[in-house]
Amino acid sequence: MSGATKTGGRSRALPFAWKAVKLLASVALTFLGLLFVTFLIGRVVPVDPVLSVVGDRASQAVYDRVYIELGLDKPLIQQFWIYLQKVFTGDFGDSFMTKRPILDDIMRVFPATLELATFGVILGTILGVPLGVLAAVKQGRLADQVVRVVGLIGYSAPIFWLGLLGLLIFYAKLGWVAGPGRIDISYEYDITPATGLLLIDSAMQGKWAAFGNIFSHIILPASLLGYFSMAYISRMTRSFMLNELAQEYVIAARVKGVPEWRIIWVHALRNAAVPLVTVIALSYAGLLEGSVLTETVFAWPGLGQYLTNSLQNADMNAVLGGTLVIGVVFVGLNLLSDLLYTLLDPRVRRRG
Amino acid sequence: MSALLTVEDLRITFPTRQGPSEVVRGVSFTLGRERLGIVGESGSGKSQTGRALLGLTPPPGTATAKRLEFDGIDLRSASPKQWRALRGGRMSMVMQDPKFSLNPVMTIGRQIMEALAFHGRSSRAEKKARAMAMLEAVQIRDPERVFRAYPHELSGGMGQRAMIAMMLVTEPDLLIADEPTSALDVTVQIEVLRILDALVTDRGMGLIFISHDLRLVASFCDRVLVMYAGRVVEELKASELDRAQHPYTQGLMNCLPKIDNDTRPLPTMTRDASWAL
Repeated sequence: MSGATKTGGRSRALPFAWKAVKLLASVALTFLGLLFVTFLIGRVVPVDPVLSVVGDRASQAVYDRVYIELGLDKPLIQQFWIYLQKVFTGDFGDSFMTKRPILDDIMRVFPATLELATFGVILGTILGVPLGVLAAVKQGRLADQVVRVVGLIGYSAPIFWLGLLGLLIFYAKLGWVAGPGRIDISYEYDITPATGLLLIDSAMQGKWAAFGNIFSHIILPASLLGYFSMAYISRMTRSFMLNELAQEYVIAARVKGVPEWRIIWVHALRNAAVPLVTVIALSYAGLLEGSVLTETVFAWPGLGQYLTNSLQNADMNAVLGGTLVIGVVFVGLNLLSDLLYTLLDPRVRRRG
Repeated sequence: MSALLTVEDLRITFPTRQGPSEVVRGVSFTLGRERLGIVGESGSGKSQTGRALLGLTPPPGTATAKRLEFDGIDLRSASPKQWRALRGGRMSMVMQDPKFSLNPVMTIGRQIMEALAFHGRSSRAEKKARAMAMLEAVQIRDPERVFRAYPHELSGGMGQRAMIAMMLVTEPDLLIADEPTSALDVTVQIEVLRILDALVTDRGMGLIFISHDLRLVASFCDRVLVMYAGRVVEELKASELDRAQHPYTQGLMNCLPKIDNDTRPLPTMTRDASWAL
């Protein structure tokens, strides 16, 4: 007779914990695969790591010594094992270019990218979701058309072009914002690095003048990335919302006399939020992997720029380390969106 | 019996590429506090008639009528605010399949309480008490559990009871049941119908029962409208169904299997083009 499964408080928490454990296991496996692939890339690319160290005028004897020092004479699988051990102790090797540990370099450049991408995705979400909802509700009407055209420009106009245009108008002509870079030199040594996120560091240290300067540097590239992700997020929100608004439960809510705003923002959006989480997470990951072009145009000392420089200088340790960080970011954000998914959708939650 | 609902010359039109298409073409009837069945095959306009009574004709469709009155209120000129007060408050609708008509990410309890939220003020505790009482009234044995359950955790029969509870918790005067048992197992159908019947009778509601199942409608309603191609072709008392005049109704009657004699070949209906005129 009973059609329902158990819904006690205990059974609600337990599958969630179990699911988290399973997710973590799959993350560990993914991470291992990621390490293997980056390792192989490092061996496959036509860059001789020995040459990068000794230079092309070294004698054969020196070359051979370094060759053995780097462990390149050992079997591939053993090299991978050594690589694994090193990675787990946080040793990604030294950069040939800067002569510093890769980890230090990445810890220095990654916060710049993180700050910019986070700012961008927050802008993209708080603009994109409401615009997408608006477009879906006013489907086929003026508001919808405007949102769609604005979105279309967002992801079809080249970002470096929009960046240059933005710099030309808002920096060079109007002078509303600061130019390229993260911060003016005059403020740079004001701030003791803590999180590496300059907005947060300066605010915590109460350096409001510096904060203002940092803000006026970041606002233009962040708006650009925000516009870019808004275009994608609003388009996806629109299509998810159209799908939800056509469902029977929306009619049932109307039959109950629920006001339209509540049907849209509570009933339909709550359902659309489930796939939307994945879209936002992916869009965030896309920004985090270093928006190479944006960072170049705005001389932003972030991961994208670091990787481009390393690649141009055949600094393989740096490239591999950076690739690994990007991989970790992707895996991490996927994990996060999976967990959120479980929280948002009771149907997934119960399947365990 | 004073009329609760008066419908005169209801027409529902949808624009198509070939010009406007009228799916309901001049339906008229009155309803007191009684059980009226609307029977017809799919596409006959019976569901659209039900939705139009709630002002929920899906755009771009439009509904017009010479008269559309609910308890003295002219529905044709009702404001959105009036509609919201009427819907859920005084008229309500049980839909076909609880799998789709309940919001999958909201608990049953919240969905029932939401119906109360927009009709009169009451505290959370009062709302919960009324929701629980309603779940008991639809004969759910473990209302506490169902209250906290999500729709996918309920069977079809349970889901439909929850749906009925949600639509009746505000004690409306008119209930439209649009194929309320068509998505359910045959064994569960009877149970759900009994519950619906008891509630409607006890509370003295008007009921419009929409179905394609003539036998079901006849056993359950006082009066039956037979619809064909957007028109009411015949109106009769449920008890006088065998005296049906219209060949379409007669055809439907002939389709019912009889236990004691072997009808082979099975009767088929020859549709006369003039029925649809």
